[in-house]
Amino acid sequence: MPPTTPRPSPRATPAAGTGDALESTTRAFDANTRRALADTNLQDALARLSHGFPARRRDAVARMPEFEQLRDAARDIKVHVLENLDAYLERFEARVKDNGGQVHWARDAAEARDLILGICRDVGARTVTKSKSMIGEEIAINEHLENNGVEPVETDLGEYIIQLRHEPPSHLIAPAIHLSKTQVAETFRKVHEQFPAERSLEEPRVLLDEARSVLRSRYFEADVGLTGANMLVAETGSVVVVTNEGNADLTQSLPRVHVVIASIEKVVPTLEDATAILRVLARSATGQEMSVYTTFSSGPRRPGDLDGPDAYHVIILDNGRSKMLGGDFHEMLRCIRCGACLNHCPVYKSIGGHAYGWVYSGPMGAVLTPNLIGLEDTGKLPNASTLCGKCEEICPMRIPLPKMLRHWREQQFATRQTPATSRAGMKLWAFLARRPALYRLATGTAMAVLGMLGRRRGRFRTLPMVGGWTAARDLPAPQGPTFSSLWKQRNGGTS
Amino acid sequence: MPEQPVTVGLFVTCLVDLMRPAVGFAAVKLLTDAGCTVSVPAGQTCCGQPAYNSGDSADAGAIARQVIAAFEGVDCVVAPSGSCAGMIKHHYPLLFADDPAMAARAEALAGRTHELTSFLRDVLEVSDIDVEFSAKATYHDGCSGLREMGVKEQPRALLAGVRGLTLEEGAEAETCCGFGGLFCVKYPEISGHIVDAKVDDVMATGADVLLGGDLGCLLNIAGRLKRRGSAIAVRHVAEVLADATNDAPPIAEGNAGGGDG
Ligand code: SF4
Repeated sequence: MPPTTPRPSPRATPAAGTGDALESTTRAFDANTRRALADTNLQDALARLSHGFPARRRDAVARMPEFEQLRDAARDIKVHVLENLDAYLERFEARVKDNGGQVHWARDAAEARDLILGICRDVGARTVTKSKSMIGEEIAINEHLENNGVEPVETDLGEYIIQLRHEPPSHLIAPAIHLSKTQVAETFRKVHEQFPAERSLEEPRVLLDEARSVLRSRYFEADVGLTGANMLVAETGSVVVVTNEGNADLTQSLPRVHVVIASIEKVVPTLEDATAILRVLARSATGQEMSVYTTFSSGPRRPGDLDGPDAYHVIILDNGRSKMLGGDFHEMLRCIRCGACLNHCPVYKSIGGHAYGWVYSGPMGAVLTPNLIGLEDTGKLPNASTLCGKCEEICPMRIPLPKMLRHWREQQFATRQTPATSRAGMKLWAFLARRPALYRLATGTAMAVLGMLGRRRGRFRTLPMVGGWTAARDLPAPQGPTFSSLWKQRNGGTS
Repeated sequence: MPEQPVTVGLFVTCLVDLMRPAVGFAAVKLLTDAGCTVSVPAGQTCCGQPAYNSGDSADAGAIARQVIAAFEGVDCVVAPSGSCAGMIKHHYPLLFADDPAMAARAEALAGRTHELTSFLRDVLEVSDIDVEFSAKATYHDGCSGLREMGVKEQPRALLAGVRGLTLEEGAEAETCCGFGGLFCVKYPEISGHIVDAKVDDVMATGADVLLGGDLGCLLNIAGRLKRRGSAIAVRHVAEVLADATNDAPPIAEGNAGGGDG
């Protein structure tokens, strides 16, 4: 049942808002922001991130003179794929079937959840090991499995930690980046009751070893291994997963059943294309040349194979993406989830991922989230940007994120979702700005008064109506007379 | 330089017009000294960016039309701001996707529009700035100037000719200051956090003057510097290059001096 040619999803309501899916808290963005700014653990973590990832990326790029050409090549691959998405998805499906696997199409989160649960039930699964998957987060699969008697076990260290803490990820590639090692130690002490209570958990290495020893037995218990996919290769029907911990390998080769959950835009034509994208992915994400583990899986165990699952399923999810094709947000589908735009964003670096209120954060989240769960609940996100352009500068896929943030603002303005006071203020200002003579009269008077009031000190600590400005900074006083009035004087009344 | 004097229409920018005319006059002096004939078309108010970035493309388009008409007679449009120049150069043409005639006029204007320091350096090839300004300065790269207009080396090359001035680069000179137009009043907490990081970086350089090419950023950073009681003086780069630092006290400082008086 390939839906292939992307078409609008029949569900009008955003799938992620249904059932037991992760509810967005984006409406509370302002409160989330305030909490994030006051959270010293988070601020320390963000400071470490701001100095770590960008510097490592810079060094990796400096070591590779052809990086810019590689970005172009990687972008071009995705541009081509998106123009021929149905053909490549069909080819991928055919190859997976040739290899003995199964492909399932999910229109939305609910369908994807039911497919996964169905597969688990068919094999009587009690435990599912999971490697990190943003799509897994997007469809809130863990909650769904739990509610239906199947225990999901995250095997990526960061994901494991946040699973224990019942938190969503705060970063695309570093889901527990918001936590200090003390917080992680506290969580382990509480949950891992099998270890002596007084053990030392100071060193990150010790924490890692403890998580590993707990997870080891879980790998062997699992009936189903659930992974995401960094790419789907149409030519070979392969699924590509990269990790730095090797956890995806154990997740997919030990259990009887391997289930892959991936969204439609993950497909690439050939293995060569996949390697081109891998080369920009790791450098952009962590500054590594390659991630430590890159795993290609192409189907169930064949006769004579030493390991591998008996059954192999790929679930391909749309969840609103086909609606983005050909529209204002088409280019967002090039995203490879490297996280570079988060690491370089002054807003993300100030508030972290949770403030964005849903699965995706940073500039890519501010563009993508309204596409997936609707603009009404997420309207704050596209506005919470200075449009500084740093994200577009470093995005390996050259996605024009600022342009798309502005598209959302245009939609809000056109559909009157912009707050009425801002709208009225904008209209009044524009009315004046379109009437130069009137504008000069109004601004000239105002500046003369402000200039006089501020002359001695040169600035204001507070002033009515500009509380937003003076909350954090003084307002510099204007010189007084405007340029236009002085210019007119200087040129004897003409310009 | 060409034989005929280049005619330049100064796009003053709304912030310079309202807040700091000294920058406008400094720009006029720099352009005139470099041999240009400068006019200030009366039809201008603002480039329309506040409307554009708020999603109000109708008003942004109307303001753009007005600017396009006002500057049609000059060889070049020059703005003492990378942000406003970037708006005219890169965004005006996008506003007229449905109006080919206007789009063509917007494209024509875009092709003639420059940020001040890059115009002086790249187009007029100015290399003989002969002024003195004793200071240890640091430079803030405004985002649009840097990323849309390619302004990076030009102001530094020009400042290299200023006697007595040394430049101490901030590690985060290219990082946004958190101004973002209306962003800074819509999201004051986040903006405050970002500008605080910028101020830390400026202070870490040990500079006594912060220079930049965009008044929006400078008002923001100066406001935070002063709120934190810093004595670092903030000025637009044009004021230094035009030897006009006596025309106005540094940004956010009054007649009473720089202290928290
Ligand atoms: S938008 Fe670009 S930088 Fe951000 S995660 Fe996606 S690919 Fe990476």
